[in-house]
Amino acid sequence: MSSTSSGGIKPKHQRLVLLVIALVALIGAGLLAAYALSNQASYFYVPSDLVKDRPEQGRAIRLGGMVEKGSLKTRADGVTIDFIVGDGKARVPVRYTGITPDLFVEGSGVVAEGRMEGETFVADNLLAKHDEKYVPRQMGDMTAAQAKEVVAETK
Amino acid sequence: MHGFANPARFLRLARWMMPLFLVSGLILSMGALLYGVIVVPPDRLMGDTVRILFIHVPAAWLGMAGWSTIAIASLVELVWRHPLAAIAGRAAAVPGAAFTAICLATGSIWARPTWGTWWVWDGRLTSFLVLLFLYLGYIALSGAAQRDMAGGGGGSRITAIFGLVGAINIPIINRSVVWWNSLHQPPSITAGKSAIDGTFLWPLLIAALGFSLVFGGVVLARMRTLLADIQAEARLRRKAMA
Repeated sequence: MSSTSSGGIKPKHQRLVLLVIALVALIGAGLLAAYALSNQASYFYVPSDLVKDRPEQGRAIRLGGMVEKGSLKTRADGVTIDFIVGDGKARVPVRYTGITPDLFVEGSGVVAEGRMEGETFVADNLLAKHDEKYVPRQMGDMTAAQAKEVVAETK
Repeated sequence: MHGFANPARFLRLARWMMPLFLVSGLILSMGALLYGVIVVPPDRLMGDTVRILFIHVPAAWLGMAGWSTIAIASLVELVWRHPLAAIAGRAAAVPGAAFTAICLATGSIWARPTWGTWWVWDGRLTSFLVLLFLYLGYIALSGAAQRDMAGGGGGSRITAIFGLVGAINIPIINRSVVWWNSLHQPPSITAGKSAIDGTFLWPLLIAALGFSLVFGGVVLARMRTLLADIQAEARLRRKAMA
């Protein structure tokens, strides 16, 4: 198989070139497909999507964003909460009745499943979306100055 | 590279590398996992569930590394016709599928207390489930090609082509949390930067090293088995001819 025909290209080089062309075509097709999917493959709408392109009332959708600090309020029945989901550009008020996940807190991410009713998003289900940071509890609760002190003490 | 075209040379090397990889890998993984369960402090938000990190993330990396191995082996098989490449690709499939399944299972267990759900069809989770299905397809296909070869049919080229085509899913998994809104958080470790505190990062990296060594050891063990199978097959055929 290593016999080289004089003057022509080696068969293994020919195979390499063919495969590289095939792979480039494949990756191109994959990227095009991923690009075309860019809207459909998203798991949720952000508030500015909803404000820009108002979905019809009552259609089941997901809304994702940050729970605005200071916006979380529990109603008199004790199980219904109101809060505002924002993405820095737009804000949508959300109402939800039920048990929230442990990681659902103000200033953190949330994905709400539900529908628009008037100006309010009524959620049937809440999912917590956390960020990519992993920090130990002891240090996470401290301010930077406190952490420095502790590090200095333990030295 | 063609020095290893002679399986005897490869086998001599594999004979001592395989136990070395397996034993050192198991020690490192067990050590890192125990350290992660016992010593590491809880996370500021997730509390104790953060300990799943030390098995979930290395399993995810190895699941993707497994298919990368298959893709590279497939390329070498198709272009250079290296006799060990097909065997290496086939040997990486089962451990790769196992790590992928571990990643999906631990991810689901982790998602329930943190996100509030066992499973969602977002970009990251869906593309990783597709990876598991690709592995299962590759394993079935390579088994069929092997039976075909034993019957004197064509080679395992179709398996190699499948291995290369399936590699398109790897960058999709990697970019899924960047291209699309997803419930899964964006990558914690990007070129030279880590959003994971050192307390969690070091045991994670050691567990990843341990898992990689176990993966390497299992691939070598399976390559030895596949080579022995081929030899036994050839011997039987010679006997039948005589």
